[in-house]
Amino acid sequence: MKQLEVKILENRKIAQDFYKMRLESPYLAANTKPGQFFEVKCSESGDPLLRRPLGAHRILKNGIELLYKIVGRGTVALSGKNAGERLDIIGPLGNGFTLSRAYPVLIAGGTGVAPLVALAEELTKRKNRPYIIIGARTRAHLLCEKELAEFSDSLKVVTEDGSKGPRGLATAVLEKYLSVSGPRVPAIYACGPTAMLKAVAGIAGRKRIPCQVSLEEKMACGVGVCLGCPVKMKGKGEGYKMVCKDGPVFNAEEIAW
Amino acid sequence: MVDLSVKIGKLKLKNPVMVASGTFGTEYAALTDVKLLGAYIAKTITLRARTGNLPPRISETASGMLNSIGLENKGLSYFIKEKMPELARLGTPVIVSIAGDDEGEFVELTKKLSAVKKVAALELNLSCPNIKYGSREGLLAQDEKATYRIIKKVRAATSLTLIAKLSPCVTDITRIAKAAQAAGADAVSLVNTFPAMSADIGSGRPRLGNVTGGLSGPAIKPIALKMVWDTYNRVDIPIIGIGGIMNHKDAVEFMICGATAVQIGTANFVNPGSAIEIITGIKKYLDKTKISKVKQLTGSLKIG
Ligand SMILES: Cc1cc2nc3c(=O)[nH]c(=O)nc-3n(C[C@H](O)[C@H](O)[C@H](O)COP(=O)(O)OP(=O)(O)OC[C@H]3O[C@@H](n4cnc5c(N)ncnc54)[C@H](O)[C@@H]3O)c2cc1C
Ligand SMILES: Cc1cc2nc3c(=O)[nH]c(=O)nc-3n(C[C@H](O)[C@H](O)[C@H](O)COP(=O)(O)O)c2cc1C
Ligand code: FES
Repeated sequence: MKQLEVKILENRKIAQDFYKMRLESPYLAANTKPGQFFEVKCSESGDPLLRRPLGAHRILKNGIELLYKIVGRGTVALSGKNAGERLDIIGPLGNGFTLSRAYPVLIAGGTGVAPLVALAEELTKRKNRPYIIIGARTRAHLLCEKELAEFSDSLKVVTEDGSKGPRGLATAVLEKYLSVSGPRVPAIYACGPTAMLKAVAGIAGRKRIPCQVSLEEKMACGVGVCLGCPVKMKGKGEGYKMVCKDGPVFNAEEIAW
Repeated sequence: MVDLSVKIGKLKLKNPVMVASGTFGTEYAALTDVKLLGAYIAKTITLRARTGNLPPRISETASGMLNSIGLENKGLSYFIKEKMPELARLGTPVIVSIAGDDEGEFVELTKKLSAVKKVAALELNLSCPNIKYGSREGLLAQDEKATYRIIKKVRAATSLTLIAKLSPCVTDITRIAKAAQAAGADAVSLVNTFPAMSADIGSGRPRLGNVTGGLSGPAIKPIALKMVWDTYNRVDIPIIGIGGIMNHKDAVEFMICGATAVQIGTANFVNPGSAIEIITGIKKYLDKTKISKVKQLTGSLKIG
């Protein structure tokens, strides 16, 4: 973990409300794992005050790429930055995904696809190309289809309105896939809205398949200092863990959903 | 060479800048040079472990933030066994912040911690807005008599430097500060967070799981500053100013208005190196203004 002033190489709108930002940093390129994140200072004006957590979307040769959705003051300010400017960033933070030799089944909903691209790329590098399911509200909300297709021979796309791929939820595709799965033992990696993660955790639990989920919580420090980002653990007397320090990736079975 | 040292009770600090309880941790040692800090104030501990409040615990507001951590901590024994040895190696004085549900707990915490090596001082957190005291709904630091009684008991139980951390949520903070002084506190630190809340009109729900929390950051600075000024004019013990200090100018402002030292809280989250930059900034300010001792700043506000 370091605090760095990195150069913005590109900050480009890729879809309605979505931006990609490429940052130059050999340090982050060499030290970031899929599933880790950064605390980004979106504005030097003090508004917003706190940094914002953003995940590693791509881990490149000389830097990293972020993919972010415009939702409020921080991401609006970030979208106004230009190539050539500097960005104050702390990272890499959190644990990241734990990669195994099992057959990787990746599932993402909405903005949750952002970190899965780095994961799919790493798995491909390790000659363990994943099965990927991505779900979105409509065709217009669909992200990263092209990038993910590069790292998977079986990419399934579903939308809630049927405007792209079958109509339905990503979790339904997962359930169906797992009911007819082949010879290889699967392992699930999930990122997306909490309701989706909870459903995925339920499916994985019933089928006794290892499942890692990447969680989100409001953060102030991002490093485990403020105790502001708790997630309740299962089991009596287990209390909370911190999403920023103990996560953001957790084994689905540990969590009190 | 300017003299940055200050004295708080028996404690001599190499500079007047400390990091505030609950806003700094050893995790930051990777990002900033902790041994340069005037002092390190640890997250408040209680006798027994506390799980803390429901999420969300953080919500940003205009020029500030709300938190409702709820004093999550692993309790005294864990702190002494697992945490203190690490803090003792930081190379800067470690002030331990404690909170109890009653006098007995404060005294027990004090006695046990007084026997631990490298505990430089105790800060009594009398003001956390997230804990209910006994049968009363309010905060300990809202009650002059309770403040006096607890500090008196704690004073009798230790020879360590005692700092009473006060809540801003009172009608007249100077009366509480006077009670703390009379009971034997070596210093008062003010202020803790302001009880506050925020709601999301989209969902119709509070933005904090605990519904209410405490406000910190630049938004509270002018109010905290007046409390320091008022208190400076009423008590003789040193005042440690806290509230929205983001840079050396804010720190100097607090000192001019009566603070002997300052604590940096929310700014650590924005920039973990804030406190160190503030120390450098104060030094430059003194050089430029040809003031040889930082102590000379305290209460130097020119009126009229
Ligand atoms: C570990 C981690 C990784 C993340 N990675 C990404 C990423 O790669 N790409 C991306 O677009 N976003 C990501 N997020 C979410 C991102 O941090 C928030 O969208 C961002 O902080 C919003 O800031 P803002 O100032 O624009 O909005 P705010 O003004 O802070 O909020 C605007 C609205 O967005 C909601 N919101 C704010 N923060 C979050 C959050 N953490 N989760 C869900 N809703 C939120 C608020 O409730 C509010 O309704 C990640 C979050 C975490 C914790
Ligand atoms: C996340 C968070 C946790 C805090 N925890 C504690 C605590 O455990 N004990 C305490 O005395 N004060 C605690 N505080 C209050 C700070 O120490 C400080 O008094 C307050 O934040 C005002 O200073 P600031 O505006 O510089 O942050 C906490 C503040 C924040 C933001
Ligand atoms: S954001 Fe501070 S502990 Fe996680």
